[in-house]
Amino acid sequence: MMRLPVFRLHQPESLSDAMALLASSDGETRLVAGGTDLWPNMKRRHQSADVVVSLNRVAELSGIRGEVGGEVRIGATTTLAAVAASPIVRAAYPALARAVESISSPAIRNMATLGGNLCLDTRCTYYNQTEEWRTSIDFCLKEGGTICWVAPQSPRCWAVSSSDAAPVLCALGARVRLLSPAGEREVSVADFYRDDGIDYLTKQPDEVLTEVVLPPSDGVQMSFWKLRRRGSIDFAVLTAAVAVRRDDDGVVSEAAVWLGAVASAPVRSEAAEAVLVGNALTPEVITEAATATRKVATPLDNTDFTLQWRSKMVVHYVEAALREVAGLERERLAPNHAM
Amino acid sequence: MTPPRPGQVIAPDQAPPDSAAGSTHEDDLRIVGTPFRRVDGWAKVTGQTRFADDMTFPRMIHMRLVRSTLPHAFIQSIDTSKAEEMAGVVGVLTGKDMPEPFGILPVSQDEHALCLEKVRFVGDPVVAVAALTEDQAADACSAVKIEYEPLTTISSVDEALETHEPLIHDYGDEGNLHKKISLQFGAVEDGFAEADEILEDVMFYEGSTHLPMEQHAAVAVPEGGGRITLYTSTQTPHYVHKVLAQVLGMPASRVRVIACSVGGGFGGKSDIFNHEIAVAKMALVTGRPVKICLNREEVFYCHRGRHPVLMHLRTGFTKDGAMVAQHLKTALDGGAYGSYGVASTYYTGALQTVTYGLPRYRFDSIRAFTNKPPCGPKRGHATVQPRFALEVHLDKAAQRLGIDPADLRLNNLLPPDSITANYLKVGSIGLGACIQAVVDGSGWRERFQSLPHGRGLGLACGSYLTGAGLPIHWNHLPQSAVQLKLDRTGTVAAYCGEAEIGQGSDSVLAACVAEVLGIGLDDVLLCVGDTGLTPVDLGSYSSRVTLMVGRAAIQAAERARDRLAEAVAEKLDVPADRLVFAESRVFDSGSPENGMPFAEAVQQAEEKFGALATTGSYAPPRAPGRYRGSGVGPSPTYSYSACVIEVEVDPETGLYRVEHVWIAHDIGRAINPVLTIGQVEGSVYMGLGEAMMEEQVFRRLPKSRSSALVHKVPSMLEYKSPTFHEMPPVTTYLIEDPDPEGPFGAKEVGQGPLLPVIPALANAIFDAVGVRIDQVPIGPHMIRKALEDKEAGGDGRYGPKSFPDIDFGVPLMVPTPDEGGDGRATNTEEAGVRKGSGTMTDGVRKGSKP
Repeated sequence: MMRLPVFRLHQPESLSDAMALLASSDGETRLVAGGTDLWPNMKRRHQSADVVVSLNRVAELSGIRGEVGGEVRIGATTTLAAVAASPIVRAAYPALARAVESISSPAIRNMATLGGNLCLDTRCTYYNQTEEWRTSIDFCLKEGGTICWVAPQSPRCWAVSSSDAAPVLCALGARVRLLSPAGEREVSVADFYRDDGIDYLTKQPDEVLTEVVLPPSDGVQMSFWKLRRRGSIDFAVLTAAVAVRRDDDGVVSEAAVWLGAVASAPVRSEAAEAVLVGNALTPEVITEAATATRKVATPLDNTDFTLQWRSKMVVHYVEAALREVAGLERERLAPNHAM
Repeated sequence: MTPPRPGQVIAPDQAPPDSAAGSTHEDDLRIVGTPFRRVDGWAKVTGQTRFADDMTFPRMIHMRLVRSTLPHAFIQSIDTSKAEEMAGVVGVLTGKDMPEPFGILPVSQDEHALCLEKVRFVGDPVVAVAALTEDQAADACSAVKIEYEPLTTISSVDEALETHEPLIHDYGDEGNLHKKISLQFGAVEDGFAEADEILEDVMFYEGSTHLPMEQHAAVAVPEGGGRITLYTSTQTPHYVHKVLAQVLGMPASRVRVIACSVGGGFGGKSDIFNHEIAVAKMALVTGRPVKICLNREEVFYCHRGRHPVLMHLRTGFTKDGAMVAQHLKTALDGGAYGSYGVASTYYTGALQTVTYGLPRYRFDSIRAFTNKPPCGPKRGHATVQPRFALEVHLDKAAQRLGIDPADLRLNNLLPPDSITANYLKVGSIGLGACIQAVVDGSGWRERFQSLPHGRGLGLACGSYLTGAGLPIHWNHLPQSAVQLKLDRTGTVAAYCGEAEIGQGSDSVLAACVAEVLGIGLDDVLLCVGDTGLTPVDLGSYSSRVTLMVGRAAIQAAERARDRLAEAVAEKLDVPADRLVFAESRVFDSGSPENGMPFAEAVQQAEEKFGALATTGSYAPPRAPGRYRGSGVGPSPTYSYSACVIEVEVDPETGLYRVEHVWIAHDIGRAINPVLTIGQVEGSVYMGLGEAMMEEQVFRRLPKSRSSALVHKVPSMLEYKSPTFHEMPPVTTYLIEDPDPEGPFGAKEVGQGPLLPVIPALANAIFDAVGVRIDQVPIGPHMIRKALEDKEAGGDGRYGPKSFPDIDFGVPLMVPTPDEGGDGRATNTEEAGVRKGSGTMTDGVRKGSKP
């Protein structure tokens, strides 16, 4: 079987102990929560560590606080299963519940955490392979090599942001709290990411993601659509997360349209938002807004499905999500029996 | 004697004798035909079953393999010195330690346990390292240094055709073509001249792998007296035994192979693999038990799965939809080694004739070597790809001729007991009843072509062997045997070389014995798949086990019953033919109270005859074909299936969802209806996987920058196989018309039901949105492309454009039975049948002793 390399594992029970371990450890140090991303990556040797600090036993990092209609705070190590099952999340942020519930499989969701999903390593079919396989292609830019095999002329890495929670949280205007020895700060989830397959987080190495802060959901309507091959297990090859606020006449006052899994970070479509704001959610407006997303997404050939077809699906998925928000009839076939 | 014509009913004296043992019991079967719990079920659901990786022994060490990271290269040097010094390392092997070549077919002895001079694909094993722990072995593998001299990468059939140097192998029919075949049955051009319509198609079927849940594993144990035992995850312990002895250079009598319960085979564990030989050699060299368990990526490299096949099909039809002539060309991408490939090549043509009348037929084929893991047999072997092509082709013919696709098939069914144009003798044919069942069940007559746009129904059929008629190593020996030992407790121990791979062969063996002897399933003790203790059964491949093991078991049990009856008759003073074996008793049918428990009957017989043991065996009837290549295709009897699929397609995205599957299977008789339906549903699942998404595909990096050719997705995450979200409801119909050749009339079910599923989906998509997808798996982008093409005025088709221009030379001409042929070719010299490789039934080569 695939074996983990040797490393030192710490399992502190308080955040302060965790911070101290993080500050004092020698060599390459990584944080782990559910381990559903890091452990397979370490088995395949594309992530390594001398020291791993587990946050799983830090009770204060887990749990959901707040109530429907108010600000809601979700601890970073709250499992995806717990987030998806939370009555607060389901009532106030149904798109988040749907996104989280769609991640991987039930067994994985029982271990994986919301913070872990936000920090999920970017993915690429040239990268998420064993060391032997990567030796066969002489490695790639993201790990050990000099070329991005997806775009050999490119100076950058195009690995894909594959978090399903991220685009929804971006659309909802959520923030994350980051704790470091220097203090604490909050950044928007949108600013938590950088469109670079290697250096994809703005988080500093000594910072710990402690909490996700969701603004009150009053009056916000939202939806999340996800494209992938199968009704379970698979990472997304495209997600569309939308959130709108409408006034009493049904005219959109605020809109957020975000795409996931089409770049190294979640992608916002300001053009689509501009079409929506000031208009009622008619089928025509929705189609126009969806069409406006065509230019922002430039997926590359490093996930499942063919590239050109994935690009074309962006418009369809944004349209489907917006139609759902508007209460219009579903036109698109969900690709499997799951949704 | 004039050979029968196609469609001619064979007279009783020419038909196989109605000797299928057990046929006399049909009226009062107690176990056969009833749903019973599989005999190995309890152990499996409670974790007691010991799979190969569960085996552990004192002083056992662990082995890993260093595999090639280049697709095609000479090995310049191997430096294992650093690895040998590492902590825990006990043994290191290279190709030089096992230089004897091997291969599953006598005509393709082209593999080495570890590569000798060159590597032929990424994943080809080069070095074996054994250490005290698996971690230590893996670490030591990383320290092995191999230097290569890269060779040109050959990544496709087209590249194999273009590349004359280098050759992947120094044998084969032509250049990098492993095999080249041209067969012609009858005056094909005359047939085309008679046709009212001629239809031509080019289709492609992508490769896929078996994806068993259990990774391959093996444990080798050195025994006293210069013996070795190999516990392994295999479908074919008999062949592993032969090859192991051959490569290790040991007498076969010193080698014992035990097939552990297999956690999924599907054809992927019917070869002998490098790791099985290397682990045995390592045990001999180190004197310690050695285990290897492959990781998932390595399982993808073992492969032997579905060949990618490009097909060109040209058929002449009468206006009534009858086929008058057909010319099929296939091109197989074989991967780096022979494996079963010669047989696969023939199988892409062999079974085109067994479903519908086809009086004249030509078949041309090539199999190319490429620098990829070797292809081989996967459920349905290589009959699945041409079946897809034929059934979609027939759907198009029905459309063009204005005939309902169900009627086109029903009107042209091959009659039972026919001899086909290519000299396959078919027995019972339940295909008509199968079609009728799915037509009725799906509401086909009312709903086909009548559903709203986006919703469609598709129909297709299939047929498969119930066991290959010829063994891999040509001989006249039985292909299956069973020995029974009856003891005083009333227990009957059944010894048989069969391998339980989850298909239920243990249950079939126990049921046949228990049925004949009138005892319970629990009274049968099984000892199977052990070449040291059990008589030879060739293995779990070609859907042969139920028929062949069943027939052998019935014969052995009837012989035991006769012995017991003789002793009991004497004791009870009643004629032996009045005795009944039932309810674990032997009694007088005239006065049932006059009898004795089965155990007592055994004691009576033991008193009379001494210790009791009987044997039974089975060899298939000889097939009528006498031409080179006629060894592939014959079977004691063929199963038939028909399938209707209902699909919902989103025309805007091309995404689709299979809503329902109706499938009928001509089983002859279901020994156990529950297991049978499970096999049908399993085939539907696997067929849908191939139709919808599964593909064993490769990445060729830009040639200007790299020679790399790697498996695109060697993981269970990215190799897409359906989950149960994608699995639709399935309605299964078992068509039971006992076949005289089968045990209690049974035919196969393990593979055949897969065949119609794939074309049924393609046909359903056409009914839904009016476009033809002439290749599988069918991706949503293909449907969109085809729809866009149609909107732009095109023919609304997605698929390959052309078949490569290949000179097949003069075909081997075989006059059909209808033309007065006798099964022989008329131009063997002129056709220039190639030396060098040849067919399975060729003379004996090195290592092919029975």
